[in-house]
Amino acid sequence: MKSQLLRVTAIEPLSPLVSRFRFEHPEGAALPLFSGGAHIVVEMPDGEILRRNAYSLISDPLDGSCYEIAVRREDTGRGGSRFMHTKVAVGDLLRLSVPLNLFSLDLRAKKHVLIAGGIGITPFIAQLRQIARLQVPFELHYAARSRDEAAGLKLLPDVPQIHVHISDEGNRMDLGAILGAQPLGTHVYTCGPEGLIDAVAETGRRLGWPKAVLHSEVFMSPPPGAPFEVTLEKTGRTISVAPHQSLLEALEASDVEIEWSCRGGACGRCETGVSACDGHIEHHDHWLSDDEKASQTKIMPCVSRFQGAKLALDL
Amino acid sequence: MPRTEFSPSIASRPVYAGLTSQGATPAIMLADAEGAEALIDLAGQDASVMDRAHLIYIPAGAPHGPRLAALGARLYHEAPSFAACLERYRQALAEAHMGSQLYLAGTEGLIGQATAEALAAGLPADAIHTEHRGSVARRMQCVHCKGVTENVTTDPFICAHCGLTLFVRDHFSRRLGAFQGVCVDAETPGIVPPAQEIKP
Ligand code: FES
Repeated sequence: MKSQLLRVTAIEPLSPLVSRFRFEHPEGAALPLFSGGAHIVVEMPDGEILRRNAYSLISDPLDGSCYEIAVRREDTGRGGSRFMHTKVAVGDLLRLSVPLNLFSLDLRAKKHVLIAGGIGITPFIAQLRQIARLQVPFELHYAARSRDEAAGLKLLPDVPQIHVHISDEGNRMDLGAILGAQPLGTHVYTCGPEGLIDAVAETGRRLGWPKAVLHSEVFMSPPPGAPFEVTLEKTGRTISVAPHQSLLEALEASDVEIEWSCRGGACGRCETGVSACDGHIEHHDHWLSDDEKASQTKIMPCVSRFQGAKLALDL
Repeated sequence: MPRTEFSPSIASRPVYAGLTSQGATPAIMLADAEGAEALIDLAGQDASVMDRAHLIYIPAGAPHGPRLAALGARLYHEAPSFAACLERYRQALAEAHMGSQLYLAGTEGLIGQATAEALAAGLPADAIHTEHRGSVARRMQCVHCKGVTENVTTDPFICAHCGLTLFVRDHFSRRLGAFQGVCVDAETPGIVPPAQEIKP
């Protein structure tokens, strides 16, 4: 089973911009369980376009009766979140992939420190439930610009290990203090904007933390850009990629099937060989090494784009 | 005595990359016998590595104590054996924070046991820095009776617990900090190859 058709059974606003969507099996069958940090990919048939967006599951990982996600409306984005907010109603059937976890807890840890920025709180909601069952020490630091923006407040339990930092109220997150006095065996998980992840990595480096215990997930949707064309080496076909479309979406729209999992440049599944490149690949992924990126012989079609005269793929 | 270079072996056999300074972060340092010289060289590279270090030394008859004590570690302590300083070492690990570095230098028995303790305490493997100096004697576990024989210098050797003649393997238990010894004459009782000195 790779995907299943599920019914939307509840939509509830959590903040002015963020809503919670609940999905259940149309016949009430149990859904596959998951682990904290897992995501699903929602298929959104929007007119001519079939969009697929990944969202972290925020429901209880051991509750097979439903899946819940929190979607932040991005009006300037590519339309996926706007589709969820404006076109989806209770009772609709949507196709969801089965859960996949690229951001799981390291169960060897003696303590978990979770650091969330903005909507990056979502993977931690399910992780907190898992941690509560594991009975391992933890702390969660949740940074948001304002209380209005902090949609996660409605989803978090009221426990002393949870620290909320609202920058509008002058309560900024002090990473040096958070990472400065953690016991041995602590693992850190960061989810949010790239700047936050970089800041945690830099603070960790300064304080002597090994990289292997600093985990992160960037919330990335495919960035828009200038339109471009690709040639498929095996068939000679040429495919155009529109400004608000990813290369992966353009290939799918032309019935070229490519393996994928995360659609956010993290899992490595969609890696595709480049057979000719006269120009510059805009690598947006977190998968290829710097050397691989510089060699321009591989591309991650889910997030990366191209500028130049010719790009040919091993497809 | 310079750093020991071991001949290549199976993946299970630990390798000791040598100590390099990770800067003036909080650190625990543990050395036995000739391992002291690795710490003296380390401080020579970067004196600030000692600023926040808790240094424990097991001289085992070596004369390096006074030179080590003079390196300016935040805390300096000498102990007659690993067992004698184990509580102090565990306490230091329990009080340490993430970002602390561990420097281990000396024999394989010390490095192996101290590494196992540190990993169990939650110190990430990447924060453990090791250098082998001095005796290549091994700490061996008998796979038959599970007893540990310290300071094994010949192959085969006699298990100090059950008396079997054991072949010295490069197969290493990270949990126990000991190499594995296997009965050498199980198939041909009494036919035992001549004992040879263990080489690096
Ligand atoms: S689908 Fe995961 S990296 Fe492209």
